[in-house]
Parts: sequence; C-alpha cells; structure tokens
Amino acid sequence: MEEQVHTVKSYDGELGHLTGIIARMGGMAEAQFASSLHALARRDEALAQRVIEGDARIDELDKEVQSFAVRLLALRQPMAVDLRQIVGALNISGEIERVGDYAANLAKRSLVLHHVGVSVPVAGVVRLGDLVRGLLKDVLDAYLEKDVAKALGVWSRDEEVDAMYNGVMQDLITLMTEDSGTITAATHLLFIAKNIERIGDHATNIAEALHYQILGTSPAGSRPKGNTVGGPE
Amino acid sequence: MNSPVTVHLPLGTAKVAARSLSVHYGEKHALQSVDLEIRAGEVTALIGPSGCGKSTFLRCINRMNDMVDGARVSGSLTLDGSDIYDRSLDVVQLRARVGMVFQKPNPFPKSIYDNIAYGPRIHGLARNQDELDEIVMTSLERAGLLAEVKDRLTESGTGLSGGQQQRLCIARAIAVGPEVILMDEPCSALDPIATAKVEELIDDLRDNYTIVIVTHSMQQAARVSQRTAFFHLGKLIEVGDTEQIFTNPQQPLTQGYITGRFG
Repeated sequence: MEEQVHTVKSYDGELGHLTGIIARMGGMAEAQFASSLHALARRDEALAQRVIEGDARIDELDKEVQSFAVRLLALRQPMAVDLRQIVGALNISGEIERVGDYAANLAKRSLVLHHVGVSVPVAGVVRLGDLVRGLLKDVLDAYLEKDVAKALGVWSRDEEVDAMYNGVMQDLITLMTEDSGTITAATHLLFIAKNIERIGDHATNIAEALHYQILGTSPAGSRPKGNTVGGPE
Repeated sequence: MNSPVTVHLPLGTAKVAARSLSVHYGEKHALQSVDLEIRAGEVTALIGPSGCGKSTFLRCINRMNDMVDGARVSGSLTLDGSDIYDRSLDVVQLRARVGMVFQKPNPFPKSIYDNIAYGPRIHGLARNQDELDEIVMTSLERAGLLAEVKDRLTESGTGLSGGQQQRLCIARAIAVGPEVILMDEPCSALDPIATAKVEELIDDLRDNYTIVIVTHSMQQAARVSQRTAFFHLGKLIEVGDTEQIFTNPQQPLTQGYITGRFG
C-alpha cells in the first residue's frame, strides 16, 4: 500500500523531495565526518578547514527540510504513514545536522591538536571513528531502503561504540597520568573521542526515528548501554 | 433537566452493539455482517468513502432505514442490551432515546423556542410552562446557543445563521433527553468557525451522551472522536482508538483511505 500513489500526485513528488533532501544531507554528513577523521589521522590542516567551512551547507539543508516539512503539514494535513514520514524527516534532519556539528568540531580540535606541538597517539580514536562511520553509513542506507532490520542493527551496535569509547578514555587517562606534558593534547583528543561517541548516539537516534516512521512503534525494550559514565542521552 | 431517566453506563461499556448486522436495499448488500460496539460516553467516528455503509450503519441505530423502501435488516443491533429491531419496540420512543442531527440544519419554520419545545411537548416531558421553559433553556445552554438567542426566542429558527441553526438542531435533539446522539455529516454545510463551535460542542456533550458521528473530514474525525471505525464497500474494515487509526492503522485499506491513496 505504501507504494501506491496518492490521488493528488504532486503530494508524492513533495514527499519524494523531502526524502531527497535528507539523502543529500546524510551523504554530506558522512563525507564531513570521514574527512574530519582523515584530517585528524594525517594532520591535514587544509582538509580540516574545508570540513569546518562545509558545515554551513548541512545547516542550510536542515533549514530547508524544516520549512518544507512545515509546509507539507499545513497543506496536506498528512495522516498515518505520511504523517510519520514527515515527522521522521523533521527528527532525522535534526539528528544529521548535529552529526555535522560534531564533525566540524572534530575538525577544529584536530587543528588545535596539531598546534599544541605535543604528539599523542590518535590511532585508537580514529578506530573509534571508523566504527561510528560504519554505523552512520548503515543507518543512512536503512533510511533510503526503508530497512527496519538494518536500522535495528545500528541501534543495538551502539553498545560496541560505548565499550570502545571507554577503552580510548582509559588509555588517554593513563597517558596523562604517566606524562603530565600530554594533558593539553590528550584533553583535546578526549573531547574528540566524546564527539565521535555522540555521533554514534545520533546514529541510534536516527535508527529509532526510522523504526517509528516505518512501523509506527518505538523499538522494543531499552537500548543496550555499555557506557556507565556517559553523559545525558 | 426534566428528562426521562438516562441510563448511565460505566465509561467504555457497549451502549450500542451490532452483531453480524447486514442491510440490503433491494438487491444491494449495503452493510455486510458488521460487528461493532459503540461505547458509552465516547464519540465514535464512522469514516469511509461514499457508499461504504457508514451512513447506513448510523441510520440503523434509530431505525431511519425503516422508511427506505426495500430495506431489510438482519443480524442483531442492541441498545443497552435490548433489541432495537424488536417488533414490539416503539420507534418514537427509540428516536427520543437516540437523537439525530443531519447534514443540513433543518429547523422547523417555527420560533426558536418552539423548535426546542416541540419534542418535549409531544413526549409529555413537561408538566407545566415553567418546566417547559426550563427544558428549553437548559437545551439551548447545553448546545452553546443560549447566549446568542436568549433575547430573540420568539424569532423564527430559520432566521439564524447556518452554524446557529445546526446548534439549534442539536439543542432540539437534546431537549427530549436522548442517551445517544447520531450526527450525519453535521458540519459539511458550515463554515470553519461554525464548524469549530460544533466540534467544541461535541466535545462538551460527550460527558452526557454517547455520540456517533459520520464525517468525510478525516481531520474532524481525528479531532472529535475517541474511537474511529473505517468502512469500505459495506464492510467494517478496522475499528480502534482514533489516535492509533490516524497514526498507525493496521489495515492497508485504512491506510490507503486516510492518506489519500485510494483507487
């Protein structure tokens, strides 16, 4: 029935347009996040700069989604699956916009880290980043394919992110304890790790929003949590 | 209010219950074996495309279908457990218990006062003029019309605006002390402001009456009802809490209809 067209055909075009903007936003956020990790791993200042400047485009698309969705709500008074799709677009767009913010912040901190002059090992944080990139890619694919099982997979894998984040944090604390000269650099790196972990949370939020959009219900049970010292959700 | 004893049932129990209810108009099978309970103290919205059977179902509840040539009703339909189609049942009494409001406001060409007093008079609900006045005032008050008409009760009901006429018809239905009020597209001839007033009134009335409303406006059904039943081609397809029907319907046909993807 979802594949069936509306009697008012332009409505289908409008819903498709909304999904299209989200797809573009998602692609940009993925690229921004990947670039920020590259910039960190390779100490690439020019790339970091491009990530910082590129965030404004994601913000613009988010505003476009918000205003287009409000217009659809007013004009079409959507019901059922259409209503859930539009509300889902509003939520998911907001989540992607936050992912973009964290990627830009990561890029900024990678510049600062470079300028601190003290070298700290970034490999653990980059590995954490790669894991979260995988989650973000999967959940955005799930959005485009309307694939609930894939979304649920992301939702339950957030536990791995929390576990790896805790490991990275422990390593950095150990480093700072052993050599107080690393405190400035390690603190920046700690914030970078936290940003990445937050991106993982946003990926799971997208998975939850997608679950509701497709099935009309929230995922059953509470999300497994591996992080015992995490901040607010 | 001076009215017959109203049977107050606990919220949510079945006021009206249909079991395998079928209606034929000649060869046409207009309603096909419908099982549906209308709960007391709630507003139940009946939705569906034209010809789906929703109005036919509504008109069974106060036996309006009796007036249609060739109409045959089978199965069972009860009001507080008693058979609505029992041969010994007085249809006039039934229609006092089950009031009806129509699509087009149809006030009598009489004064505002007499529009309301007509029913109580023929049913002998008032012993004297004071009691009749009391019924008229209370009914107008409950229908949210008293403030607008209290100084012109002797003027003709047909001189009121469309929205006021519809609320006058609701007051007229209330005046005989019904337990159930049936509304067949009560707002389709009204402007948005008058519609809003009637919708607000429906919300106020549900404390005292069980209301069944047929509407083509999905948004209206979503706004005013607690339960929604979706009919298609004479069959009841889905019934559920209104919120669930409009956010997460379980049947593909319901989804198709309320999202405007029909046929």
